[in-house]
Amino acid sequence: MNKVVANATEAIEGIKDGMTLMLGGFGLCGIPENCIKALTQTPVKDLTCISNNAGVDDFGLGLLLRNKQIRKMISSYVGENAEFERQLLHGELEVELNPQGTLAERCRAGGAGIPAFFVPAGYGTEVAIGKEVREFNGKPHLLEHALVADFAIVKAWKGDTHGNLIYKETAANFNHPMATAGKITIAEVEELVPAGHLNPMQIHTPGIFVNRIFQGVDYEKRIEQLTER
Amino acid sequence: MALTKEQIAQRIAKELQDGYYVNLGIGIPTLVANYIPEGMEVILQSENGLLGMGPFPKKGTADPDLINAGKQTVTILPGGVFFDSATSFAMIRGGHVDLTVLGAFEVSDTGDIASWKIPGKMVKGMGGAMDLVAAAKNIIVAMQHTSKDGKSKLLKACTLPLTGVKCIKKIVTDLAVLEITNEGFVLLERAPGVSVDQIKNATEGRLVIKGEIPEITFTTS
Repeated sequence: MNKVVANATEAIEGIKDGMTLMLGGFGLCGIPENCIKALTQTPVKDLTCISNNAGVDDFGLGLLLRNKQIRKMISSYVGENAEFERQLLHGELEVELNPQGTLAERCRAGGAGIPAFFVPAGYGTEVAIGKEVREFNGKPHLLEHALVADFAIVKAWKGDTHGNLIYKETAANFNHPMATAGKITIAEVEELVPAGHLNPMQIHTPGIFVNRIFQGVDYEKRIEQLTER
Repeated sequence: MALTKEQIAQRIAKELQDGYYVNLGIGIPTLVANYIPEGMEVILQSENGLLGMGPFPKKGTADPDLINAGKQTVTILPGGVFFDSATSFAMIRGGHVDLTVLGAFEVSDTGDIASWKIPGKMVKGMGGAMDLVAAAKNIIVAMQHTSKDGKSKLLKACTLPLTGVKCIKKIVTDLAVLEITNEGFVLLERAPGVSVDQIKNATEGRLVIKGEIPEITFTTS
């Protein structure tokens, strides 16, 4: 077994036009910075990107948007990005907005082999359009379908050569559920160690879900809203 | 006098109980954290994956990996814990969060809420708001009673795209505390010096006034 690749360029090999990608992170917290940068250096286009947010104008997924490599976004919150709004209003970009918990669960379900499930979120709103409604315990629920990606790209704090991952603080966010839902899952980590060097009782994502792993470089970890007391 | 944003937050803080797990939305709801009564333990949940959220970090100690759902740098309190987004919404959808406080553009007298989209103007997305309003046992909306140009935001029916239907039970505005029942907005308390007539004029939806309406007080009894 060899899951270790040299760098982001090698990790994203096989990503082709029109593919569906999952990208972990919440805002700019825990995003796979190295792989996003590597994607901007390829001509890959018409991507469907499943990501809670769309980055900011000059960082994160904003970089791929600026290059017009994304055709469709599946997200829950896409504020903070003027280029995104411009492309959306000009019909250059398709957007599907999901309630955040529904989005997370769609990824979790995709990874867990559950094709669809019912949730109460979005009933009676425009999110419900075209969806089956069924009542459980006296309350209406929407049928939501699982998501699976051609490639899931996640970022972790520590990882080992078997692909076991540990996240730092709130950087776990969408990285864990998305890691389970890629046909091929790429993990970039701040520190890559030999198998056996992480405490098996503290792993967040078991290595079975991860196909490729590498130690990233030059993490910028940009802060979106610096608040101090 | 209409309540300030801080006073709205202070009034909502009276609804807290010891041991509550609470999710606070962005804006006025965030301020509620400043008024947790002394000696009471309330654990704040942030839906990006944090229980036991603490105050903003001291100058120079902000950690980019430790943020709240508003993407602001925060801290974690002793006993706090981190988790992924699917687990976070299991807490919310599963009814494990005791109280949710969030803002709104409009609320209807049947408990519908609109808070995420202004067609043609703002298309940021719903984030976790739809999950929260659909699942929470106990939701309080913190909002201004009227818009800047004086139009009521407490309506017969919401005009903006909905976040959830028949889910809001309690509202604290700058003018009043109201409960939503089958009869409509039931006036419970009024801001100090604000008359019942003022509230009537500022409320487009069905307003129910029963007996004397006491003024809002801020100290927890």
